[in-house]
Amino acid sequence: MPELHSRLLSSSAWIGFRTLFGKEVMRFWKVGVQTVGAPVLSALLYLLIFAQVLDRRVTVYDAVTYSQFLAPGLIMMSVLQNAFANTSSSLIQSKITGNIIFILLSPISWQSMFAAYTLAAILRGLLVGVGVLLVAAPLTHVGVAAPLWVLVFALLASALMGALGIIAGIWSDKFDQLALFQNFLIMPLTMLSGVFYSLHMLPPFWQQVSHFNPFFYMIDGLRYGFFGQSDVSPWLSLGVTAACLVLVTAIALRMLASGYKLRT
Amino acid sequence: MSAISVRQVSKRYDPQSTDALRDVSLEIAEGEFFGLLGPNGAGKTTLISVLAGLTRPSAGSASVMGYDVVRDYRQARLSLGVVPQELVFDPFFTVRELLRIQAGYYGVRNNEDWIDEILTRLGLADKANANMRALSGGMKRRVLVAQALAHRPPVIILDEPTAGVDVELRQGLWEFIGHLNQRGHTIVLTTHYLEEAQALCGRIAMLKQGQIVALDTTHNLLHRFASHCLRVRLERPEAALALGGEAGADGWVEFALEHCADVEPLLARLRAHDVPVQDIELGAPELEHVFREIMHRA
Ligand SMILES: Nc1ncnc2c1ncn2[C@@H]1O[C@H](COP(=O)(O)OP(=O)(O)OP(=O)(O)O)[C@@H](O)[C@H]1O
Ligand SMILES: [Mg+2]
Repeated sequence: MPELHSRLLSSSAWIGFRTLFGKEVMRFWKVGVQTVGAPVLSALLYLLIFAQVLDRRVTVYDAVTYSQFLAPGLIMMSVLQNAFANTSSSLIQSKITGNIIFILLSPISWQSMFAAYTLAAILRGLLVGVGVLLVAAPLTHVGVAAPLWVLVFALLASALMGALGIIAGIWSDKFDQLALFQNFLIMPLTMLSGVFYSLHMLPPFWQQVSHFNPFFYMIDGLRYGFFGQSDVSPWLSLGVTAACLVLVTAIALRMLASGYKLRT
Repeated sequence: MSAISVRQVSKRYDPQSTDALRDVSLEIAEGEFFGLLGPNGAGKTTLISVLAGLTRPSAGSASVMGYDVVRDYRQARLSLGVVPQELVFDPFFTVRELLRIQAGYYGVRNNEDWIDEILTRLGLADKANANMRALSGGMKRRVLVAQALAHRPPVIILDEPTAGVDVELRQGLWEFIGHLNQRGHTIVLTTHYLEEAQALCGRIAMLKQGQIVALDTTHNLLHRFASHCLRVRLERPEAALALGGEAGADGWVEFALEHCADVEPLLARLRAHDVPVQDIELGAPELEHVFREIMHRA
């Protein structure tokens, strides 16, 4: 009997997790024009404007045009921003409207909650990433040299930002506070990460500073997947990205387990 | 086994504030229809939050269907359906989508028959595919009730489910909840409509400032104090006040009586004082009187 009971419990836990994951996916998919279409469009605009202006003037690696160089950076930028937006906006909306209570009342464990929110963020990050790739590829003729690296970096980066979004969404009590995260953390780190330039184009001091920016490694790692060459070794990028993911996951899990700002 | 067991639970939200719950102990048996009454701020919602795991008690412990709400929280929450007091909803979904999601959280799938029954019983059948945003306040309240029932929990707690709900649904809601109670579901209810509690609840706890000040069957509570109320309309109401009456409007005076047998002697005394009676009513015991009396004394 106890065994049967625990089996029933684990099957109900699995359905609970899948339901929450499905709900989080539906939440962004129902407004897909905003959550997937819009970021793809803005990446396309960046690509058209920057690439047209700079293509003939700047070369980064041999045989890589500027617009080709830009494409992976834009893809990663879109993945990062959208994975973050998915968890953080879902949580803050649920908190402000109060409907988070339905999840808190349910038997869904904090581990399942973390997994469901983060996986939905990964899915949105990847969808947007694929969308940007699909519009960028015919424009820039960018090819993928090492698909596995591309996949690994896209996955890890979206997981990292999904988890960071959980932290931001739980910590913030209001939308303004969430905007602080966006404007003072995500945006500067993105702009100073080498989306638009290679590190080697910077003065030495700023090159050093960039090495402390985790976003730089995620973008550089993704570039390696596209071109087979990058500013630093993909293994270093992988290590830094994975370490950040572990750290952020640990913090998010602790917050969920303790009920920080969710349960009184 | 108790459906709900609360053992010496105290809760203080902030170190500076007073206790929202103070040393509350309570057993509710399976199949009971239980009322939790008390004025605003008495701690009813806090007690429910402890049971639901939304709030951690500062001291003491609680269990639902034998499962500790902290240690075995998954089983405890599986056993529980809560209608929250706040009118909250998810604007992204339709009513039916919401109920499917709700059941899914609890590991229940493919229960369309049950969802249809809930929708019909709560008068929501024609709103099944309406978006939550498009519902009126009372309709949203009905959806809250439906959500609590989606996984057919053995224990159902309703925190003021009838606030802002029209007469017809109140009737329908109580019929449905009564029906669930007959089928063995344990029901716990808070309400400020005391006549509702009187009509429905087998047992009642009254809370005041975080403490239980009365806990008894509804019947015993009703007969604890003066259980009947004789209302008479008099030509000279002032004269009756000396006999222990309480003045009301329009010349009505109320007398609290222990037994029906006390009516005759009272009328005799009025006659003796030469106070003609113009009109007369004998009221059954009312929970509202008892409630006020208990809150006053505690
Ligand atoms: N999240 C909270 N933080 C701080 N204090 C709280 C919190 N929730 C409730 N309280 C306080 O705890 C006490 C009990 O509140 P509770 O909501 O349990 O009362 P209630 O009996 O449900 O009242 P009502 O009939 O108005 O719903 C009140 O003094 C209230 O101010
Ligand atoms: Mg309350």
